Amino acid sequence: MAIEVCDVNKSFGTTPVLRDVSVDISSGSLTALLGPSGGGKSTLLRIIAGLEVPDSGTVVISGVDATRLSPQRRNVGFVFQHYAAFKHLTVYRNVAFGLEVRKRPKAEVRRRVHELLELVHLEQMADRYPAQLSGGQRQRMALARALAVEPEVLLLDEPFGALDAQVRKELRTWLRRLHDEVHVTTVFVTHDQEEAMDVADEIVVLANGAVEQVGSPDEIYDNPANPFVMSFLGPVTNLAGHLVRPHDIDVSATERSGGTAAAVTRIVRLGFEVRIEMRIDEQDVWAQLTRGTADSLGIEPGDTVYLRPSPHAKRLASPGSGRPVQEPAG
Amino acid sequence: MTRYLLRALALVYLLFLLVIPVGLIVWRTFADGMGPVIDALTSDEALHAFQVTLIVAVWAVALNTVFGVGTAVLLVRRRFPGKRLLSALIDLPVAVSPVIVGLALILVYGRFAPVGGWLERNGIQVIFSVPGMVLATVFVSLPLVVRAVVPVLEELGDEQERAAHTLGASPLQTFRRITIPGIQWALAYGIVLCLARALGEYGAVAVVSGRIVGETQTLTLFVEESFQNFDQTSAFAAATALALIAVVTLLIAKLLRPKGT
Repeated sequence: MAIEVCDVNKSFGTTPVLRDVSVDISSGSLTALLGPSGGGKSTLLRIIAGLEVPDSGTVVISGVDATRLSPQRRNVGFVFQHYAAFKHLTVYRNVAFGLEVRKRPKAEVRRRVHELLELVHLEQMADRYPAQLSGGQRQRMALARALAVEPEVLLLDEPFGALDAQVRKELRTWLRRLHDEVHVTTVFVTHDQEEAMDVADEIVVLANGAVEQVGSPDEIYDNPANPFVMSFLGPVTNLAGHLVRPHDIDVSATERSGGTAAAVTRIVRLGFEVRIEMRIDEQDVWAQLTRGTADSLGIEPGDTVYLRPSPHAKRLASPGSGRPVQEPAG
Repeated sequence: MTRYLLRALALVYLLFLLVIPVGLIVWRTFADGMGPVIDALTSDEALHAFQVTLIVAVWAVALNTVFGVGTAVLLVRRRFPGKRLLSALIDLPVAVSPVIVGLALILVYGRFAPVGGWLERNGIQVIFSVPGMVLATVFVSLPLVVRAVVPVLEELGDEQERAAHTLGASPLQTFRRITIPGIQWALAYGIVLCLARALGEYGAVAVVSGRIVGETQTLTLFVEESFQNFDQTSAFAAATALALIAVVTLLIAKLLRPKGT
């Protein structure tokens, strides 16, 4: 294990932020800490980095108990949400910083910095100041700076949070590729489930200061541990007291066994995807179909359709319905 | 119309308050040409006053720089009980008249006070000597560096410092490589203001120095003494020199002042 977090508790004043959090992160993995804002994921990351001290519990990094170690001695790379670029230093000096404070020989520093600048595609920017870079470039500089000291683990706090959508997507792919190249154990914080599923091999879902579920993106999406995880990871709708993914609903124009009758209220066409909004006894429900399926049904608002979960659909008793959690039907 | 009236009013106000008096000093100084001015400023007394002023100012600025940066970091970066009290105390010298400062220092460090007596028995004379003058000057210019640095330190935030820590920098390395460069212009501005204040200090220094000619007489005291003794040439020449130094330091301060503020 590269990082073992054990029974960590943390409060700010009287507000508990983390409650008995235990997470193991394996060497060389790319892990996402995913959860809604205020869920404690950034605090957990800062505790791993040593920027916050837990009230109780331990943090072990590469087999060494780091709970009481200062960030200076943990050998972690931390990329801050707003990059924390050293404004008075050039890109080159920013990346060289960790090596310079370690008093490495000048020639070695130069070689390593140029290597990293090449890795993050900033060779041309070495003499610029952070203020002269775009958001994405600053982000990559911060990453190179963190990687320069060959950290045991690389921690990224909302790495794409401050960037616009286009740059975000590019950097996501790029981070994934970078990790495949560098293989450093990486943990990043995000509130965007798509980002987590796109980039990470392992996802830790955190909400209200507690770990809800840990697993690969597929495991978590297909087998959510509870309604919260299910609805956080993707769209859900309520069918006969169960939470179901809208793409796991079979819609039929004719009555059939096990089907629930629903009145079509609206049909939304989003290119390839068609959303059918319906009502069952005062309750809204919607299904996601492909365009072809929707067209072959030939339905219109006002029609009655019959719904049932598709054979392998994951269903969970919806919160408040009082029914026990049910395993996949079929 | 009102706009022009207000402008004229401001200009007239400044004219009578500042421009005419200072202008007259300069005019009177050079009324008999450069010769008497140079003579007056190169007399032993004047040269010594220059020297004392410089020594006191340099010490006061050095002490206030160290204290100012340390206190600013403490106030902005740390949380501790009594922080608000410390912050209020730092501003106290602005409210207290320098003469009172001088008297208070005599009460503590004077020959017949316990602390002053003990120091004197150990060979350190504070009152009527340079250490007392430095103390008085430090006191009156205490808030200048702190107040220049605090807002910049606040705006800077601690993220860069934290980033430096995670990169392996010790607290001292972080301070030297990240904090100081971040506040350097504000610090320089504070130092210049402190220097200007130290050079011009009169009240507190007048009380604690004992005004011993050729010993503890600063330039401001020299101006006053010359004027009292009807040596107007010396008084005006020294006054002009002081004013010139003040103008130059303020110009430097203006140049250092970060844009926009």
